[in-house]
Amino acid sequence: MNKIKRETQELTVRVWRGKEDGKLVTYQVMSRENQTILDIITEIQRFQEPGLAYRFACRVGVCGSCAMTVNGRPRWTCRTHVKKVSHEGVLTIEPLRNLPRIKDLVCDLAPFIDTWQRAGAPFSGTKTRNDAPALVDPESSTRRAAEAGLQCINCAVCYSACDVVSWNRNYIGPAGLNRAWTLINDIRHSDRKQTFDQAFGDGGCGSCHSHGNCTRHCPIELNPSESIAGLKRVAFKGLPKDV
Amino acid sequence: MERTLFLAQRISAIILGPLVLVHLGLILFAVRNGLSGAEILSRTQGSISWSVFYGLFVLSVTVHAPIGLRNILQEWSRISPLTINIVALLFALIFLLLGLRAVAAIV
Ligand code: SF4
Ligand code: SF4
Ligand code: FES
Repeated sequence: MNKIKRETQELTVRVWRGKEDGKLVTYQVMSRENQTILDIITEIQRFQEPGLAYRFACRVGVCGSCAMTVNGRPRWTCRTHVKKVSHEGVLTIEPLRNLPRIKDLVCDLAPFIDTWQRAGAPFSGTKTRNDAPALVDPESSTRRAAEAGLQCINCAVCYSACDVVSWNRNYIGPAGLNRAWTLINDIRHSDRKQTFDQAFGDGGCGSCHSHGNCTRHCPIELNPSESIAGLKRVAFKGLPKDV
Repeated sequence: MERTLFLAQRISAIILGPLVLVHLGLILFAVRNGLSGAEILSRTQGSISWSVFYGLFVLSVTVHAPIGLRNILQEWSRISPLTINIVALLFALIFLLLGLRAVAAIV
């Protein structure tokens, strides 16, 4: 009886339609067990609104393409269960904050991807294919510092959560600076000084308020705020030594 | 430049921390018998240490406050970066002149 009741309950889903000057449109979707936000969007697109634009690829939390604002917070929608976030059966789904809107739930990620370059993040090695692979001690402090910041899936959730980005679009933001921190701790990287200079340049880590909203929202529990604190310490203590 | 300003702001904050505490303590101490110009001057006039203390105070504020003001304007206004730098420099100049004038007046 209980089960039947649950299955016949409906969710009220308000979805952003249009660009900057769009509006929220309300849909009714059947509430089910084990339903993610991405499932809801897909159901609306398949059965009610074929023109609804949204992004996803892997559906298992790997590709980072499905991030949206759900009830006011940035989230990866393929791994966010409805039960965890709905308020009395109501969901409000909007595109990510701090990025130009293209259509409905799709943002232009170019300004976010550009922050990688601005943070000095391209890797440049010192060896050729004829050299033996570098030996990196997994227990060294640099490797452990880098390890903590790897695995970023480029979902832009942290960038969307950061208030400083919303105030100052020149700010590189948490993901790019987190990447710079991993490179500064990569002993194979030839331009660690250059990476640091860029990460501390115009719009760089000096602008971070350390309030940790990036860390709070990162779906894979990275800690960009801690990485940025590491960069700030470099300003006083110099580049990390490999010990 | 951003890195230099960041370091300057942090280092001036480290210097200002104890100076502000002593300054606040001094205020509490100084007002215990009522506050008069003559009483202040009797303590500060001819005192090398108080002039050094407040001279350092003024210099640290001159470095610290305009950098913070610059950050706030960058985040909260649409003013151009060049104008913001000029405004911050003007504030630095005002703090320096008013501060040093006050120090000179009491020693
Ligand atoms: S800690 Fe820094 S990067 Fe993270 S959300 Fe706050 S200001 Fe943005
Ligand atoms: S640091 Fe976390 S929230 Fe930011 S882009 Fe990477 S995975 Fe996403
Ligand atoms: S669809 Fe790939 S992370 Fe959500």
